[in-house]
Amino acid sequence: MYDIEKIVQPKTVPDVIAALQADPEAVIICGGSDVLIKIREGKIAGASLVSIQGIKQLEGVSLEPDGTIVIGPATTFAGVTNSPIVQQHLPALGDAVDQAGGPQLRNIGTIGGNVCNGVTSADSGAILLTLNALLEITGPNGKRTQPLQEFYKGPGKVDLAHDEVLTAIRIAKADYDGFGGHYIKYAMRNAMDIATLGCAVHAKLDETKQNIAEMRLAFGVAAPTPIRCPKTEELAKGQPITPALFALVGQTALTEVTPRTSWRASKEFRLQLVQELSQRAFKQAILNAGGAAE
Amino acid sequence: MGIRTNLKRVDAYEKVTGRALYTDDMAAPGMLVAKVVRSTIANGIVKRFDTTEAEKVPGVVKILTCFDSPDFEFPTAGHPWSVEPAHQDVADRKLLNTRVRVYGDDIGAVIAEDEVAATRAARLIKVEYEEFTPITTIEAALASTEVPIHEAYPDNILNHTHYTLGEVSVQDVFDEPGLQVYQGEYDTQVVQHCHIEVPVSYAYMEKDRIVVVSSTQIPHIVRRVCGQAMGIPFGKIRVIKPYIGGGFGNKQEVLYEPLNAWLTTQVGGRPVKLELSREETLACTRTRHAMHFNLKTAVDANGRLMARKMVAHSNQGGYASHGHAIISNAANAFRMMYQDEKALEQDATTVYTNISSGGAMRGYGIPQMMFGIEAHMDDIAKNLGIDPIDIRKLNCMKPGFVDPGTGITCHTSGLLECIEKGREFIGWDQKRAAYQNQTGPLRRGVGMSIFCYKTGVYPISLETASCRIVLNQDGSVQLQMGATEIGQGADTVFTQMAAESIGLAEANVHIISTQDTDVTPFDTGAYASRQTYVSGMALKQTAEIFKTKVLNYAAEMLSCPAAELDIVNGNIVEKANNKHLLTMEQVGLESFYSLTHSVHITAESTYHCKNNTFSFGVSFAEVEVDIPVGKINVLNIINVHDSGVLINPQLAQAQVHGGMSMGLGYALGEQLLFNNQGRALNDNLLDYKLPTAMDTPELHVDFVETVDPTGPYGNKSLGEPPTIPTAPTLRNAVLHATGVAINSLPLNPQKLVEEFTKAGLIEKGGELDV
Repeated sequence: MYDIEKIVQPKTVPDVIAALQADPEAVIICGGSDVLIKIREGKIAGASLVSIQGIKQLEGVSLEPDGTIVIGPATTFAGVTNSPIVQQHLPALGDAVDQAGGPQLRNIGTIGGNVCNGVTSADSGAILLTLNALLEITGPNGKRTQPLQEFYKGPGKVDLAHDEVLTAIRIAKADYDGFGGHYIKYAMRNAMDIATLGCAVHAKLDETKQNIAEMRLAFGVAAPTPIRCPKTEELAKGQPITPALFALVGQTALTEVTPRTSWRASKEFRLQLVQELSQRAFKQAILNAGGAAE
Repeated sequence: MGIRTNLKRVDAYEKVTGRALYTDDMAAPGMLVAKVVRSTIANGIVKRFDTTEAEKVPGVVKILTCFDSPDFEFPTAGHPWSVEPAHQDVADRKLLNTRVRVYGDDIGAVIAEDEVAATRAARLIKVEYEEFTPITTIEAALASTEVPIHEAYPDNILNHTHYTLGEVSVQDVFDEPGLQVYQGEYDTQVVQHCHIEVPVSYAYMEKDRIVVVSSTQIPHIVRRVCGQAMGIPFGKIRVIKPYIGGGFGNKQEVLYEPLNAWLTTQVGGRPVKLELSREETLACTRTRHAMHFNLKTAVDANGRLMARKMVAHSNQGGYASHGHAIISNAANAFRMMYQDEKALEQDATTVYTNISSGGAMRGYGIPQMMFGIEAHMDDIAKNLGIDPIDIRKLNCMKPGFVDPGTGITCHTSGLLECIEKGREFIGWDQKRAAYQNQTGPLRRGVGMSIFCYKTGVYPISLETASCRIVLNQDGSVQLQMGATEIGQGADTVFTQMAAESIGLAEANVHIISTQDTDVTPFDTGAYASRQTYVSGMALKQTAEIFKTKVLNYAAEMLSCPAAELDIVNGNIVEKANNKHLLTMEQVGLESFYSLTHSVHITAESTYHCKNNTFSFGVSFAEVEVDIPVGKINVLNIINVHDSGVLINPQLAQAQVHGGMSMGLGYALGEQLLFNNQGRALNDNLLDYKLPTAMDTPELHVDFVETVDPTGPYGNKSLGEPPTIPTAPTLRNAVLHATGVAINSLPLNPQKLVEEFTKAGLIEKGGELDV
C-alpha cells in the first residue's frame, strides 16, 4: 500500500503546468518506477502526484523532415528500443535502454523519467550525451531548449523548475548520421541492476575507414552526473585505428573521470573499469561504424 | 505409481493458476495492520519514547512499546524442545526489547486500521537511547571491554567447543620431519535466504485462545514458542500453516508469530496482520552466519592427510537464534568429510556482535565449512602438484565410517561414482591439461569440490514425526503429515510414498497441505533434510498400520485370513495369485455403513527416529575469467548427487537446480553488508545481488542412486545439499584458470580485480597519466 496523498491526471501539457503551479509540493509521475520507490522508502511518503502518463503528445518517436529525431519523454524504454526509427538510426540508444532493469521496468519506465531523475547511473544518460541530445522543456512561459550536458546539475539534480516539464528529446541528424555507437553497462548482474559503470561511445570514421573522424566518449557513474570526456575525444580525432590509440583512449579517459568510493564499488575498481571499458566500447563502436579494430 | 516415478506435483495446478491460498490471501475482514517500531541504533538501551505525534495519525489504534512487553525471555530457533535444560536453546530476547542489540531491533509496535497509518505512525515515534559502541566484527566483540551484548555472556562468547582425536597431538604431527604443513585462512560472508514470500502472519482470538496463521516451516514449534514468549499454556495457541512461498531455514525460526499473537490480545482479539517488508526481511530476520576458518594440515608426499587443525569463529549477530549449533555442525563436517591418519583438533567459537542475527539457512553451516575445506584441499593439491580429484579420493569418507563424535555411520556412499560422472561430464582430464600456461585477458579453468551431508539431526537433536491416514467411503484416503510442504515438493513425495506403501493410485491419496496444530499430528517441521527420511518413516509405518486394518476388515468381509490378502492398485487381491477380490471402494463403503460392524478405519503413529545417514555429492564447473573486469563466466556446471533412492527423479532434479542457483549467488555475488554502526547497507533486492535468470547458466544434474538401508525407501537427504559445493568449485576453477587463490566469498568483480592486480595480472591503471 503506497502512501499517496492525492494524484491528478491532466490531459494536456498546459494542464500539467497548471497543476504543478497549483501545488508547490506536487511531484511529476509518469511510469512511476522511480517515484513509487521513493514513496515506498518514505523519502516522499504522502506525496501529491501529477501524472503525465497517457498524454499522447509526450509519447512516441518521430523523424522530422530535416532528419532530427524527436523522442517523446513518456516513451517507455521498450518503446524506444522497439521504435523502427531508433532501430534504424540510433541502435546504440535502443540497446542501452534495453539494459535498464528487467522487462517489467522497461515496459513502464520512461526515457524522460530516466533523464529527469538525474542520477549518474541512468542507462540513457551516457549514450544520449554522445548523441548531443537536446532537451525541449516547457514551462508557463513556453518552450526552451537545453543541451542534456547542461541539464545535469549534480547527483539527482537537474535544471528543471517546479512548473516545468520535459516535452521532447531531440537528436539532430549530424549527431547520428554516419556514427557507430556502443554502450557497455557494467553491473554486478546481467539484469535487474544499476550500472557500476556505464560507458558509451559514438564514433565516425573517415572514407578510408582507417581513421577516426570523430569520437565521443561518455560515462555514467564515473562522476556525480553522466559526463563526456572532451580531452580523450580531442586526442582521438583524426587518429588511425591502432592498438596505441586504444591504450591512449583508456589512459586519457582516466584523467577525465572522478569516481568515488562507496560501499557499492571502490574508486580504484571503477578506474580500472573506465580504462578497460572505454577501449572495449570504442572498439565495438568502430566495428559498428563499418571499421575494423585489431 | 509409487516411488521412483515422476508424479506431477500435487500442488502444481493450484500454484500456477494462483488458486493456492497463502497467508496474505486469507486476510480476515476488518483486519488491523501492525508495524514493528525498530531501533535506529545497534547497541544500547531504550530510555523513553515520545508517541505524541504518532498517536495523532488517523487510523492508529494502539501503540505498544518495549515497556509494555511481557517480561519473558524466549528462544526462537526451530529446534525440538529439549526436556534437558542444558540442551535447551538460548532464550535471550523478549517480544519487544528495551536492551537493543541489533540495528532495527524490535522496540515497539503500532497497530492501525491500515498499512499507511501504521507506517506513518511508526515513523513519527521518537526514541531516546543510551548508546553503546556498535560491535560488528568477531575481533571487536572479543576485544570489547565495554558492556557485554548479553549480560549472561560477559566476554560476548555465546559458546565455545573443542574436540581432539588421535593418540598424539596435531602439533606433534606438524613437527614430524618429512611432512608438508599447509595453513590457510578462509572467510565466508553474511547472506540471506531471499524466499519469495516475506514473513507474514495474522492472529486473532477465538474463545479465549489465540489463532496464528503464518507462513512457517514449523507450525508445532511456533505454537510452543508463542506460549513461552507470552507465558501461557501451549494449548492456548493454535497455529495454522497454509501454502508458503519458500523458507530455506529463515522460517525454521519463530520470527514474528509470538509478537503477532500478543498484539491481538492487546486489541481485544481483533485480527491483526504483521507482514514484513523485503527490507525488514533482509535486515531484521535471520541470515547465514559469516564464518572465519583457520585451517592447518600436515600431509605426506602423496597427499594423505596426517593431521589437521581447525580454528573457526562464527559471527552470531545480536541474538542467539540457532547459535552455536551451526558452527558445531560445520565442525562435524570437517571431521566427517576427510579422515586423518594421526590426529585432529577442532576449536569452534560463536561470538555475539551487533549485526543481524545468524540462523538456520539451507545447509546449516556446511556451505561455509565446505568452502573452507575444499579451497584448502585444492591449495594443498596445487602445492603438492597432484590432481585435486586424487587428493580427495585418497582422504574422503568411505562406507563403514563411523563418526567418533556422533556415532553417525556411513551406510552407503556413491561419492566415488559421483566424482567419476562429474569428471567425465566436464572433460576434466583434457581441460586440466589444456588450460595450463594460459596468457591474455580471458582464461579458462575447471574446478571441482565434494561434500557429505548428514540427513537428519539425530543424535544431536530429537527426531520425531507423525502421520495420520484416514479412509474415505470411496476407498480413497486423506493423508495428514505434521511435516510441512514449503515448496520443496514434500506433499508430492509423501503422496507417492503413501501410494507405494498402501497400494493405491496417487489420485486416491488426498494429502492435506495445511497444518493446523489443533488437528495435525505432531512433527517438528520442515528443516534439515529430514522430511523424506524421518517423516517418510512415520508415513511408511502408519501406512503399514492402515493397510493391516483395511486387510483385517476385508478379511472379515471375505471370511478368509487377512494374511492371504494384499492391496494392489486400489484392489484387495489374493496375495498368492493376485486374484481380484474386492475394490477399496467396497471395503470403504462397507466399513462406514455396515449394520453389523461399522468402523472408521484410520491409522496414526509417531516415529521416533534414532538413526541418521550421509548423502554425498560433487560439483564440477568450467569457467572463463575476464581478468581486466573481474568477471567469471560459468561455461558449464554440473552437480552429481548420491541421495539414495530418488522418490521423484524430476522433483529431485528441480531441487538440485534450485540449490545450484543459490550456490551461484553465494559464490559470485550475494553479501549482506553492514556499516560500522551495524546497519545493513543493501537490504533490498537491487543492492543485494541475488542472481537473476540472466545470470544463471544451464544447470546440469546427475545422480548415483545407492539404496540406503536406514531410509524408509532407501532414500537420503537432498533438500539442502545441492547448494553446498558450488562456491568452492567455482573458487577452485578460478584458481585453475588464473593461478590466483581467492580465500573469501563472494568472488565478486571488485575482489577479483583487486586480487588480480595484486597478483600482477592487471597493471595498475589508475595511476598512469598522460
